[in-house]
Amino acid sequence: MYEEVTSGSRTRRTLTGTARMLAALKLDGALLIGLALVAVYGLVVLYSASGQSLPTIIRAGAHLGMGAVAMLLLAQVNPNFLRRSSPWLYLLGVVLLLVVDGIGYIGKGAQRWLDLGVLRFQPSEVMKLAVPMMCAWFLHDRALPPTVSSLAILAALILVPVGLVALQPDLGTAALIAIAGSLVIVMAGLKVRIMAGLAALGAIAGWFGWAFMHDYQKKRVLTFFDPNTDRLGAGYHIIQSQIAIGSGGVFGKGWMHGSQAQLQFLPERSTDFIFAVIGEEFGLLGLALLLLLYAFVVARALYLAMQTQDTFARLLGGSLALTFFVYVFINAGMVSGLLPVVGVPLPLVSYGGSSMVTLLAGFGILMSLYSHRKLMGS
Amino acid sequence: MVHGVRIKDHWKEQRLFERRALVAGCVIVVLTLTLIGRLYLLQVMRHDYYMELSQGNGVRTEPIPAARGLILDRNGHLLAGNQPAYQLELVPEEVPDLNGSLKGLVKLGLIDADAVDELRRMIKSRRPFDSVPVRLRMSDEDVARFAVRRFQFPGLDIKTRQTRFYPEGALAVHALGYVGAISEPDLQHIDRAAYSGTALIGKLGVESAYEKQLHGGNGYREILVNALGRSVQRQGALMPDLRTQAPAAGDDLVLSLDLKVQQVAEEALGDHRGAVVALNPRNGDVFALASRPGFDPSLFARGITNSEYAALTDNIDKPLLNRALRGAYPSGSTIKPVVALAGLTYHVLNPDKVEFCAGVYHLPGSTRLFREGKGGHHGHIALQDAIAKSCDVYFYGLAATLGVNRIAAFLAPFGYGSVTGIDISGEKPGLLPTPEWKKLAFKRPADQVWFPGETINFGVGQGYLLVTPLQLAHVASVIAGRGTNFRPRLVIGLRDANGTVKPIAPIAGKSVEGVSDADWDRVINGMVGAATYGTAHASFKGVAYSVAGKTGTAQVFTIAQNAKYDEKTVEERLRDHAWFIAFAPVDAPRIAVAVLVENGGFGASAAAPIARAVMDAFLLDADGKLKDASQAP
Repeated sequence: MYEEVTSGSRTRRTLTGTARMLAALKLDGALLIGLALVAVYGLVVLYSASGQSLPTIIRAGAHLGMGAVAMLLLAQVNPNFLRRSSPWLYLLGVVLLLVVDGIGYIGKGAQRWLDLGVLRFQPSEVMKLAVPMMCAWFLHDRALPPTVSSLAILAALILVPVGLVALQPDLGTAALIAIAGSLVIVMAGLKVRIMAGLAALGAIAGWFGWAFMHDYQKKRVLTFFDPNTDRLGAGYHIIQSQIAIGSGGVFGKGWMHGSQAQLQFLPERSTDFIFAVIGEEFGLLGLALLLLLYAFVVARALYLAMQTQDTFARLLGGSLALTFFVYVFINAGMVSGLLPVVGVPLPLVSYGGSSMVTLLAGFGILMSLYSHRKLMGS
Repeated sequence: MVHGVRIKDHWKEQRLFERRALVAGCVIVVLTLTLIGRLYLLQVMRHDYYMELSQGNGVRTEPIPAARGLILDRNGHLLAGNQPAYQLELVPEEVPDLNGSLKGLVKLGLIDADAVDELRRMIKSRRPFDSVPVRLRMSDEDVARFAVRRFQFPGLDIKTRQTRFYPEGALAVHALGYVGAISEPDLQHIDRAAYSGTALIGKLGVESAYEKQLHGGNGYREILVNALGRSVQRQGALMPDLRTQAPAAGDDLVLSLDLKVQQVAEEALGDHRGAVVALNPRNGDVFALASRPGFDPSLFARGITNSEYAALTDNIDKPLLNRALRGAYPSGSTIKPVVALAGLTYHVLNPDKVEFCAGVYHLPGSTRLFREGKGGHHGHIALQDAIAKSCDVYFYGLAATLGVNRIAAFLAPFGYGSVTGIDISGEKPGLLPTPEWKKLAFKRPADQVWFPGETINFGVGQGYLLVTPLQLAHVASVIAGRGTNFRPRLVIGLRDANGTVKPIAPIAGKSVEGVSDADWDRVINGMVGAATYGTAHASFKGVAYSVAGKTGTAQVFTIAQNAKYDEKTVEERLRDHAWFIAFAPVDAPRIAVAVLVENGGFGASAAAPIARAVMDAFLLDADGKLKDASQAP
């Protein structure tokens, strides 16, 4: 091995060595670099957003480490095993959701966590991966585009966990799970006519769903349309985050110089609203850079999905890549006032362990699908 | 196939996925551009708007109260200053059990049990993070008592604040006034912004009259607050440009009061109810303004309790009443020099003509008898002795000759019946009665008639006539200045923060015109006689300067006809009020004094010694020698 790389520059040798090592670890270098840049950017912002809390950075680093381990481990798993285990993972997830909902019902309150003693575990996070896996599994040996009967089954497969999560009630995660599953179907070639029909149906369903929403959820939606109706309540988040972003201008107020964030006018500044901190402290340029990094990650992820050889890998990979973008868009849209306030974190930047681990696990799966593409067969 | 299962076409499916991925990529680009557009709108187009909002968010302006001006006597002695004092303050949101904490403070004796409800209301009305004073001016003992139990009182702490401090205690309280908590009525007429950092405001006396000068101008400090409104020191590297405007300290007041004279006046009054006013006849300076009993002004500055206030208002001696300005009494015989001047000026009185006093005056055309107030009779008597010995019968006749209208008209320029215009508020005008006044003042037609007998009483300062001690001191100074009239004033200068004293010019009023020098001499000689061989001679034995004075005895109730007034049998509070007015030295008067002793009996015995003490204190040096006039003010 050494013999082959004796020629060429030292840099070249190092690069070649790194590429070989990554290949051996079944990781994709370009995607890894993209993710690392986003994560490092996130840590820099988090230090400021957390009020210069070093312990927070250490914990966020630990989350990142756990996510990286999950990614590394999943990248080694044979995609065929992943595919085969999809239904079981899905079933396990549904059962856990039922347990969580049951505990929540008995405890008379919102319940999202399952306390395993050592760590608290959020079954809905598993479903973010399990639902698209299940959908891809269901479609992998069927001819595409899917038939109407397949679509009905897929709808049920998606709506059962979505419904259970929505009951918790966690509307944001429920929507993300639904989107992750739906994107599999869309990538499987769902007809545009059907999509349009479903969109119309969704609008009607949403109108009915309004009746069943919790007051605070209704308020959030109403407030989205006019934040000033509730300046200190639900509208406060949106108003303060828009002030933060707007006051940042093109170049920002500078790292740790964002008054909105530092004086805590911006709520949830290190979690769901960290996008506004970037906007305030690093300005439009800082946000554009972040969006560029995200775009690179999504593009690379889509490219990897396209390179895979079988249906399961393609559909799952495509869904993972697009879901990642959806996360970004929903969070950025909500913080900048384009979308209603729903509890969706900014991927890889918002402080929070489960979201970080789930996202990196997803990319681990994607890398597995890509790096094992020649081994796959149906 | 039977079930309609289509054959998978991997190449076609690959193409389908690629197409979809391409479309998805386009959608991603469009959505990202939408986001960027939104951000452009917020960060570029509306940047200024949001920047302004964000700046208003974190910066709060906090007032810095200006140091209240000091109050000094004419020689620079401190009469009112500022002192750091311990006070107990409470931050509502940090107190888990407000009722329990308040009860605990009552048990410690730090707050009154009957003040708890009011205190609780006050605390509830404040912002939860603002420190609320619950007990002002704690003694060292209070502080120690609280300190050892502090762990029982979360959210309560002892703070140091500037409060008003009166080093001489109750001395001159009716001239100085006091500061107290800003009340609802106070808020009606002050600029709230100027008082936003201040808890106290002048309530009476010069503290109130010169509130504007003493208060100064508040400064402000911009402070960084977080979303909860709490002041924060520094958040990370965040250090916005915060402005500070230093407060402009209030001006110090230089009073005309002479601390030594004031002390002597109050000591001389002692436990009597009464008042002393000493004026400079040449410019209206008030050397002493005493009203007894007084009270400790610090009570109000530290937050007077309900029971303390009730004790002051319910006190039969009325310590809150400023007798010097607001106590209105009949003038008694102190009016005689002025009535004599009226007789001389109207040419109805021959000063050398000897009248006969048999102790009783017979009003022509009436059966009513007017007696010598003190009893006895003076026999043959002319003007000078009539003043010196205070012969009522002599002045009964003079009053009857002058008539009420001429007396009232002559008295008015001396200040009877009108306020002197002293530079503190609350002064009463007294009452200068006339037939016109009586018509308006009474409802029943039978009462509206002015009776000749009322003129007779008027001539010796009894009846309807009412004067305040300040007014009589002013009358004494007008006589001393042979008609000159200066508005009495307590403040003679303002000292700014640099120590520069800006003097305030004396204000001259309208002089008394038309009195000849000879007539002034005649009347003043009568007053000198009073202090040398007349009614007040006993009080002025061995005096080191020349004195002109006049005693007076104001009846508290009308003595029944044919009954002799026996001082000892009458309840103490129904005794006559004692007056004495004087000025000295006679040739070049430097001080004019009026002394009133409520229920003091005769003016000569109760009031004259006080006037002597005050004039001695002012005119004599430590060796008992007359001070050089050039050194005196």
